[in-house]
Amino acid sequence: MSKNKDAIHITSLGKTFPGSKKAALDNINAVIRPGIITGLIGPDGAGKTTLLRLMTGLLLPSHGKVNVFGLDTVQDAERLHDITGYMPQKFGLYEDLTVIENLNLYAALHGISEKEKSEVFEKMLHFTSLGPFTTRLAGNLSGGMKQKLGLACSLLGKPKALLLDEPSVGVDPVSRRELWKMVSDLAAEGICIVWSTSYLDEADRCSEILLLNEGKLLFYGPPKDLAKQVSKGGKEEIGFEEAFIEILGGSHRGESVLTKHMSSKKVKDAPSIQIENLTKKFGDFTAARDISFTIKQGEIFGLLGPNGAGKSTIFKMLCGLLQPTEGRALVSGYSLKTAPSEARLRIGYMAQKFSLYSDLSVKENLNFFSGVYGLIGHHRQTQIEKMISIFELTPYLADNAGLLPLGFKQRLALACSLMHEPDVLFLDEPTSGVDPLVREEFWNHIQGMAAKGVTIMVTTHFIEEAEYCDRIALIYGGSSIASGTPMALKEMVRSKALPKPTLEDAFITLIEQFDQRRPL
Amino acid sequence: MKKQIKNVWLPIRTLIIKEILAVWRDKKSRITLVVPPLIQLIILSHAATLDVNNISIGIFNQDSGWYSQELTQRIKGSPYFKHVYDYKKPQSIRESIDKQEVILALHLQPNFSKLVAEGNTAPVQVILDGRKSNASQIVFGYLNLIFQSYNRDILKDQGIDVPEPISIQYRSFFNPNIEYIYFTVPSLVAILSMILALMVTAMSVSRERENGTFDQLLVSPLQPWQILIGKMMPAMVISIGESTLLMIAVLFLYNIPFKGSLILLYFSMIIFLFSIVGIGLFISSICKTQQQSILGTFVFMTPTMLLSGYATPIENMPPWLQPVTNIFPIKHFFIIIRGIFLKDMPTLEVLRYSWPMVLIALFTLALSGWMFKRRLE
Repeated sequence: MSKNKDAIHITSLGKTFPGSKKAALDNINAVIRPGIITGLIGPDGAGKTTLLRLMTGLLLPSHGKVNVFGLDTVQDAERLHDITGYMPQKFGLYEDLTVIENLNLYAALHGISEKEKSEVFEKMLHFTSLGPFTTRLAGNLSGGMKQKLGLACSLLGKPKALLLDEPSVGVDPVSRRELWKMVSDLAAEGICIVWSTSYLDEADRCSEILLLNEGKLLFYGPPKDLAKQVSKGGKEEIGFEEAFIEILGGSHRGESVLTKHMSSKKVKDAPSIQIENLTKKFGDFTAARDISFTIKQGEIFGLLGPNGAGKSTIFKMLCGLLQPTEGRALVSGYSLKTAPSEARLRIGYMAQKFSLYSDLSVKENLNFFSGVYGLIGHHRQTQIEKMISIFELTPYLADNAGLLPLGFKQRLALACSLMHEPDVLFLDEPTSGVDPLVREEFWNHIQGMAAKGVTIMVTTHFIEEAEYCDRIALIYGGSSIASGTPMALKEMVRSKALPKPTLEDAFITLIEQFDQRRPL
Repeated sequence: MKKQIKNVWLPIRTLIIKEILAVWRDKKSRITLVVPPLIQLIILSHAATLDVNNISIGIFNQDSGWYSQELTQRIKGSPYFKHVYDYKKPQSIRESIDKQEVILALHLQPNFSKLVAEGNTAPVQVILDGRKSNASQIVFGYLNLIFQSYNRDILKDQGIDVPEPISIQYRSFFNPNIEYIYFTVPSLVAILSMILALMVTAMSVSRERENGTFDQLLVSPLQPWQILIGKMMPAMVISIGESTLLMIAVLFLYNIPFKGSLILLYFSMIIFLFSIVGIGLFISSICKTQQQSILGTFVFMTPTMLLSGYATPIENMPPWLQPVTNIFPIKHFFIIIRGIFLKDMPTLEVLRYSWPMVLIALFTLALSGWMFKRRLE
């Protein structure tokens, strides 16, 4: 390991993409040290991925330069790849290969000899606790396990610098903790780690952070100093999250712009969503087992659970996208699979994966979805314009939807599902991967709509988001293991050891209790 | 507040606009639609010929008499052969065929002229390259024509005027000079139009499935038949445009007579493309990914090309197989497009070959509309 004190030198770095007037990165200067985790944080579209890709030599700087362990990213690109490990947001695992086949492949790519291999693999499998799953297809791993495998693959080349682009997106809280632990151990070995994230609790744990916004470096230093810098005005001590929101120009809290002009829905007595003994089997595998609940109008109902627990399966059966094996799912009294189109006109749906037309522009997507939902003439125009102004889409109107920053993709997706003013809104992990500002804004809209009488069904794996829900069902292993208000769930696990349980405590305890009860 | 109308056509129109934009937006697919078909048309029209041109043969003549010289001169003077090799030793025959310089070699015995002069039958040994049985047979046919006329002339010279019992005069209707290009180019227009229409549609649903946008359509108020029309119409517009482009290219680039009615051709082409779009959408509706769609397209294409009558005549296939060929729309369209190009195929004939394609279109379109819903598991 190099004794060099500094790992990465970034000198007046700038990047402007061809065809774009605005610089993606503007005059960045930083020196990143080895042996610690350096957090790269900022809202979506701030330039985090661009900066990481510049450090790996995958992008060429427009001006300035990056130097990684003495190697220039432009001149020494070849040698640079030998000492850096890069894990993009979506790591290129081969989903049709097993865990061990993926490792073998990446070992071959990194030129690891057969002799070394067994030792390295043993270490990696132990390190990632993927040992029992070596013969499982990578495509069948949970989100967290995939990320661990991706990390293992990018570590095979024994990098001196490890660049991780949002490694914890789509990973449940338990796996996130494990992943963080793994990376901290690596840092302790002296590897230089850059971890880009939009989770503030992670950022808070980093030794140093680089805070980017709109291509500019707003802050560089230990997270503690951020709060100090912001509260210089004399205010009393503030938390990291507040400081973050403050430095980025303040909160979106307050009445949602979206609901300001929205008329209240007519009050109906019938339950909006009714699920009775819903079961879904894929072959031998039971993805959802005997789920029942009823949701009233104007309620925010959350499905909470780790990755692969069956949240999306339940969700899709409700929307009529999957046929239940047993039981039924009714929305406003209709089964959506067979419902007439008038019934489907009353719902809005936002998928987990970005599923708008990537090749069409933002405006064309809005036109398309308003047309599909039968909006016409003046009403159509006003609705589209309303969405553009609420979600601040004006600068992106002509851009292809597929190229938007993640936060804007999610905003656009929400906009497209809302234009026809649905009575029931289905949101499948709407805030997965978006930055805290957008997440806050989303929940502001969601709560505003619920107040107007829109029923909202949302899945999430963010514990803190679950607090916003009126009621939660905790989904684990295909079953609903507990449901009730957030308060009620916390009450369930209150004990002497846990006098004031948080929702996260409740989540983990309830899962543990369920595991103990379950016959194995 | 809600001005949502019952009008079912607005969503369909929106779908159509979206489909066309999606193809047009993508520079690659824009180019793919225009450039490769034209290049293929030009190259394949020359490659896919059954004429035997550019063929060389060899002669090992051991006789120095007048009759063998005359025969050799006649062969050398004929337009069929690119080059006629003179061999000095018998091994050259074998070597030359081995090296595939020639497809056929003649061997004239030392006493050839003597035998002919005496009024006897003189044997000529002809060695064919069996590896190219078809081509060598055709070349042998050309050679036979030369032998026949030579025979007649010798007999005349020798004062024996035997009138030939039967004299065959060939005349091909509709393609008087048997120009293969007349046959291949209209077929190529049909094939290339088919491949494009298939590609455009076979990917259209599976691409949306892969990207998750199909779920969005399924949860929207759209009915399956609306999605079907929304998928079908853009594909039709694109394919008809494509066929028109190919037709224009054909009429400008090649001197192929266009004898029939353009209206009838478009009428049958639209039916043909409907049936292909139906098959494409069906493939797409049962595939989860674009990759599967491409495979599905190939599974369909191979039998189509082999059983449609383009490669080999349907009449030569075993009787049980012949009815099976009717399920390939292009079989019927081949007959129509050649008929309209080369002879003025009457309306009734066109209709007779069109209705099977109508059936195929109705069947596959209905099936794919049904599959849109079925694939929900």
